[in-house]
Amino acid sequence: MLRSILAAAAAATLSVGAQAQTIKIAILGPMSFVQGENHWAGAEMARDEINKGGGINVGGKRMQVELIRADTNEIQSVPDATNAVERVITRDKVDFLIGGFRSEAVLAMQEVAMDSKKIFLGVGAAHSKLGLNVEQNYERYKYWFRVAPTKDVDLARTLFAVLGSIGQQIRTDLKTDTPKVAILAEKAVWTEALVAAAQKNLPAMKMEVVGTWQPSATATDVTAELSAIDRAGAHIVFTMLSGPVGISVGRQMGERNMKAVAWGINVEGQKEEFWQATAGKAQFVSTLDTYSEVEMTPKTIPFVQAFKQRYKKAPTYTAATYDAIMLLKAVIEQEGTTNADKLVAAIEKIEHVGTGSTASWDKRHDLNWAVGKTAGIAVQWQDGKKVPFWPSQVKGMQPFKMPAR
Amino acid sequence: MLQDILVTGLVNGGVYALLAIGFSLIFGVARIVNIAHTAFYMLAAYCFYTLLTKTGLGFLLSGVIAVAAVTLFSMLCYRLVIEPVREHESAVLISTIALALIFQEVMLYLFGGHFLGIPSTIEGGIRILGVSVPYQRVLILVVAAIMLGAVWLLLYRTRLGLAIRATANDLEVASLMGMNVNRVAMATVAISVGLAAIAGVIATPVVSVHPHLWLDPLVIMLAIVVLGGLGSLKGSLIGALVIAYVEAITVFALPAGAYLKGAVALLIMVVVLLFRPEGLFGVAFEEER
Repeated sequence: MLRSILAAAAAATLSVGAQAQTIKIAILGPMSFVQGENHWAGAEMARDEINKGGGINVGGKRMQVELIRADTNEIQSVPDATNAVERVITRDKVDFLIGGFRSEAVLAMQEVAMDSKKIFLGVGAAHSKLGLNVEQNYERYKYWFRVAPTKDVDLARTLFAVLGSIGQQIRTDLKTDTPKVAILAEKAVWTEALVAAAQKNLPAMKMEVVGTWQPSATATDVTAELSAIDRAGAHIVFTMLSGPVGISVGRQMGERNMKAVAWGINVEGQKEEFWQATAGKAQFVSTLDTYSEVEMTPKTIPFVQAFKQRYKKAPTYTAATYDAIMLLKAVIEQEGTTNADKLVAAIEKIEHVGTGSTASWDKRHDLNWAVGKTAGIAVQWQDGKKVPFWPSQVKGMQPFKMPAR
Repeated sequence: MLQDILVTGLVNGGVYALLAIGFSLIFGVARIVNIAHTAFYMLAAYCFYTLLTKTGLGFLLSGVIAVAAVTLFSMLCYRLVIEPVREHESAVLISTIALALIFQEVMLYLFGGHFLGIPSTIEGGIRILGVSVPYQRVLILVVAAIMLGAVWLLLYRTRLGLAIRATANDLEVASLMGMNVNRVAMATVAISVGLAAIAGVIATPVVSVHPHLWLDPLVIMLAIVVLGGLGSLKGSLIGALVIAYVEAITVFALPAGAYLKGAVALLIMVVVLLFRPEGLFGVAFEEER
């Protein structure tokens, strides 16, 4: 009996010792969906690279990275997401949280993380409120940082920058002074500010807004909307779509042989599977994106190539969990500690060269927006391939194409 | 704009009608509120997708096998899950919800949350009244019309149809007349799910296949059958067209409120029910068995 107790105590001690040798990072994402798969894949690549190199140097002590896979199921259920965060904090006793995708869910997850004073590096959600919380109540929310993408307002700045360049091409090609734009935005919290900004800014950019259509994010049929857009004579369909409606739009625009070109945010369009999902109909659909084989940073091309080799497909923006883990490694090694408060101060000052961006953070812990650094890239589907075309000054960009008229 | 509404409403009404008539049929005959009806539609879409992309059987053969397999499977589900609790309407309701959720989670497990697409059966399109309509949507409309005609023939020109109508009219008397009402109910389930499976197969090329594919059409289908009158086939057909046209009108008249098209359709249903609680063509409740 005594021997059993001693053995159990020894095992427990060893277990605690073993735990202390690792830095536990929870990867939060909807793991049955592409967003979660990329969260996990990016994190795996970072973990393997770090552990292969001997781990993270914490004040002279080498610690391995241990990932905890937390399926938030947030696309279907916000409570599932908060439960997942509770679980990894209380049961798995993780040191850091990385991931999240759906803004509504991430806002709820942020609360749970802040209750426990855990550093939460957001990779996926764009809503401004996440950063606004930091500004309004710094002591509570300072543990939150947004690694990807930029906040919704900055996404809009990128969208308008690219839209301006597409508008110029249309003016030249079609010999029209005022390109016509149809706004096609899913009805969701994150699109509200973008739609208002588009309605206000486009006339100032000498573009005519022919109408605003707002289907549901899960609509599988947008033929009525596209029919009306066709009828309005739009040259550009300015999309703000994160849900499966993005596939319906891509596919049905192709089926209708529309002459308008789609540009904007189409999260489904960022995925490698988009071409297959649209049955090859999404020719010329373009979207904001993060990864392509272009030299955004010196690390971009090697990362994208390694990702493709390992997972047989290109990464989407939620694979920036890689950058989040590498950021943690950088500040932990710099500070020689995993103490959250010290790391927060370090992240606030650092400029981190990642695979998708060269990142630094503002007082809201949002990314400082800059073209060529954090603004991302624009890609267009051309004959089954995602072709990057903006910002044009980055090496590797190719021409943007218009449907034949 | 009028021609856009006319064409869009008609094409979308086709798939809605296929789903709603099957649902209405099984309710009318066996008083089964089969919430899993659109889940069978989703299963047929997955089955068709898998056969087409993994085995290379071709559109026709893949479609036929998918419809047959899902129909047989629905009969098995009826025997194992629904028949034992058929006398208790609430238990049937809950059982079919459970079935639908099980199908959803199994598909999520097997295929993940990916949106899967397949090529159109027929590429290209035509212009009808100046509106561009892909051939695939024309095909949907034609198949829907043929299927609805076939159902009408089956119900009004065959002995099985007579038995189904008799059972729908009065289950107890049909039973006393020597009809095997359980077998009739089973046949009705097969016909009903067969229609849903056909809808799944012909609609797959215009929608993406995913585990939640069953949810959107479920709400619309329930609205249609309640609007048309539960159990009334004519009501379902007309209800499908009404809802499809209301959706189209909403999108064209209120572009920024396109997301409201489902809500507007449901509102129309509520308004109709205020004046005709039995629906447009339903049997008044006090006259029901």
